[in-house]
Amino acid sequence: MKNKLISLEDAVARIPDGASLLIGGFMAVGGPNRLVDELIRQGKRDLTIIANDTARPNNGLGKLVVEKLVRRVVTSHIGLNPETQKQMIAGAIEVELVPQGTLAERIRAGGVGLGGVLTATGVGTIVEEGKRTVEIDGVTYLLEMPIKADFALVAAKQADLYGNLTYALTARNFNPLMAMAGATVIAEAEDILPVGCIPPDAVMTPSVLVDYIVAATPR
Amino acid sequence: MDEKTLIAKRVALELMDGDLVNLGIGLPTLVARYVPPGRHVFFQSENGIVGMSGPITGAENHDLTDAGGSPISALPGAASFDSAFSFGLIRGGHLDVTVLGGLQVDREGRLANWMVPGKMVPGMGGAMDLVTGARRVIVAMQHSAKGEAKIVERCVLPLTSVRRVDLVVTDLAVIEPTDAGLVLKETAPGVTVEQVIANTGCELIVAPDLRSMPIEG
Repeated sequence: MKNKLISLEDAVARIPDGASLLIGGFMAVGGPNRLVDELIRQGKRDLTIIANDTARPNNGLGKLVVEKLVRRVVTSHIGLNPETQKQMIAGAIEVELVPQGTLAERIRAGGVGLGGVLTATGVGTIVEEGKRTVEIDGVTYLLEMPIKADFALVAAKQADLYGNLTYALTARNFNPLMAMAGATVIAEAEDILPVGCIPPDAVMTPSVLVDYIVAATPR
Repeated sequence: MDEKTLIAKRVALELMDGDLVNLGIGLPTLVARYVPPGRHVFFQSENGIVGMSGPITGAENHDLTDAGGSPISALPGAASFDSAFSFGLIRGGHLDVTVLGGLQVDREGRLANWMVPGKMVPGMGGAMDLVTGARRVIVAMQHSAKGEAKIVERCVLPLTSVRRVDLVVTDLAVIEPTDAGLVLKETAPGVTVEQVIANTGCELIVAPDLRSMPIEG
């Protein structure tokens, strides 16, 4: 079996300009913040980012926006990153705002091979514009399409050398969903452990989904 | 007592023993401080926990925050999960109460609270799912802003959901949207019906059993 544990530099070098990236985290909590910093150092551009929020200008993936490396964002909240709003109003960045629960389910659908999601969220609001509606038992739902991406960048509490992952508390958030929906999955882990150290019941993302592991802190 | 405290105290009376409750960022967060004694309420944060404390200082854990990014702690008996599960609780009818702020509420009881076109586009975050999916939606807001009524005939701001909210609690009144329209149920201590009507942008039906908010000064 190939060695999944690679250097930060090697991991990010695999990501081309113009790539679509699912990035875990909620206001940068549980975000792969070292991978993000390396994207900036390597100057990757024209990125499409799918993430819960664009954090703050000086924090997590918020910095990608400030560095003008992002072309398009699919997200539920940009309110704490004025730079995203500024670039959106200036037309420099395309922003698709998606209700948070819908975003989670669209990514889940992408990862588990479903053709879409039916949700009542957004019916009768501007979120409905351009979407098909379906009526089931008298309730109107929007058809929301699945999301996949070239890469998923996730942050884990623990990884073993096979790539089994655990997450801590609210740092879990979108990470396990994204680990299923990225064609290539790079996990940044705080603790990297020998195989067998994480009990099967504790694994939250099975190793078969993970392509590369990098250490969250320099070693 | 300041206006925000009054609103938070009144909203807290709506929370029942055993309820699962989601509090929005800002004013709604204050509600957690005033849960009546003897009622145990489980607070959810949509970034993935049931059983959170309020914001804490000291003993911060960088893996544990509320939806605004403020450090919290997990109380004994708490459970954590991913975002899809968290919104499954919200959308699936498992959440008893959500308390959110508001920009406008209209005569049909519909809420707008996520953007002001051309001025402020923060995004809806979890608000649309919360208003659509929670069993009970309570709006906690100032009755008017900069002299303009926030309770209006029809929302001009983009709606959060077409679902009718269940209760609106402001610094002046408690209002219940119904089939017949907005019913004025309670006035704040020292506030008259005339004052409430003068600060409201649409017709109010005064409840026959109108009372003063049961809040001690």
